[in-house]
Amino acid sequence: MKSHSHYMRITALSLFTLALFISQPVSAADATAAAVAIKIDNFSFNPPTITIPPGTQVTWANQDDIPHTVVSDDKTTFKSRALDTAEKFSFTFTKPGIYEYFCSIHPHMTAKVIVQ
Amino acid sequence: MTLSKDEILYDHHNDGIDRRGFLRCMAWAGAGALCVLEGGVLNSYALGHGGNTTKVHKGELAFVQISDSHMGFDKPANTDVIGTFKAAIDKINALPIAPEFILHTGDISHLAKPGEFDNVEQILKSAKTSEIFYVPGEHDFVGDEGKQYLERFGKGSKGSGWYSFDKKGVHFIGLVNVANLKAGGLGSLGADQLKWLEDDVKHLKTSTPVVVFAHIPLWTVYPDWGWGTEDSAQALGYLKRFGSVTVLNGHIHQTMQKVEGNVTFHTACSTAFPQPKPGEAQSPGPVKVPADQLRSVLGVTDVHYKKGQHALAITDSTLA
Repeated sequence: MKSHSHYMRITALSLFTLALFISQPVSAADATAAAVAIKIDNFSFNPPTITIPPGTQVTWANQDDIPHTVVSDDKTTFKSRALDTAEKFSFTFTKPGIYEYFCSIHPHMTAKVIVQ
Repeated sequence: MTLSKDEILYDHHNDGIDRRGFLRCMAWAGAGALCVLEGGVLNSYALGHGGNTTKVHKGELAFVQISDSHMGFDKPANTDVIGTFKAAIDKINALPIAPEFILHTGDISHLAKPGEFDNVEQILKSAKTSEIFYVPGEHDFVGDEGKQYLERFGKGSKGSGWYSFDKKGVHFIGLVNVANLKAGGLGSLGADQLKWLEDDVKHLKTSTPVVVFAHIPLWTVYPDWGWGTEDSAQALGYLKRFGSVTVLNGHIHQTMQKVEGNVTFHTACSTAFPQPKPGEAQSPGPVKVPADQLRSVLGVTDVHYKKGQHALAITDSTLA
């Protein structure tokens, strides 16, 4: 029993340390400009909708075995080149608005960024 | 050519009945399928377990369709797309009847890089045929909306690369449904191309066999994965009056057939990697199969036309 609670304490402590470690870059980023990551996997953008304050930099990372692009619906606001596996694309949203985007290679992949 | 004992036989009599309501997706053919359409009767057989040998379908015109070579792809599903593409050409060169020409139905390259296109062109030089016709896939339009593709493969074509030609009384139409794709949409032909198509077939007799080839399927296979073309119904509308229309597509990296009235739809295997059956995976990403099985899910499509039989015989064979 003693060893069990000891183990629990260690786990809780580890989680706490881990949480601190994870939160650190975020709070550091808050001081300057916020950064948000979006995963591209299984032919979808995850999360498909994000809400962010103006000035946030969003970075998309492709985790599929197939290339994807990140292109605003108007095809001009932002447009990545083809991202192969593990490649990334970043864009900083400065003005409030709803930014819908898609993958121009697989147009059934759609998502949006809400800046407010 | 060998047929399995568990062959599947579909019998669509050409009795003039409108069969638009009678759509049928035919046998999934992991090991390939033999699809023979003669006089309006379509027979489809699963291939691959040994057994009977069918006759060689001789005719006036024989050609081969290859698709989705994805040159440049190097992920676990196939780390040697050069090797499998060469195997496809070897397969073609070993056919009992040399094809008059080869149709490549797109995704020639994986990322539209010059070296990828170079590799395909180089390897195709060893193909025993006189001509090669192309239509682009969406991967060939990555980055430059097809500029490079059109410089290399689009000579004499219109718009984003569409064209037509005649061979031995058969009218061939190459369509492009991968340009200017819009968010949430399927493949798209666009108003300009549809107008051109309408004019292109206007002068033809209804008895002229028509073969249409394009990358993304011209019928709705699975919209959740974008496997269809939003304005294909309008295109097919212009072809309704013809007695024999054969539609050859790629894009979905597996064979599939459907007959609707006088139109036979067919998709070819990739020479690079297989994709899942519609809805049977979370996404249409490459399917990894054991290395020794890879060539059994890749392949080429052999098509024969015989005058008088207003239908074409389509044979898929794997690279195994």
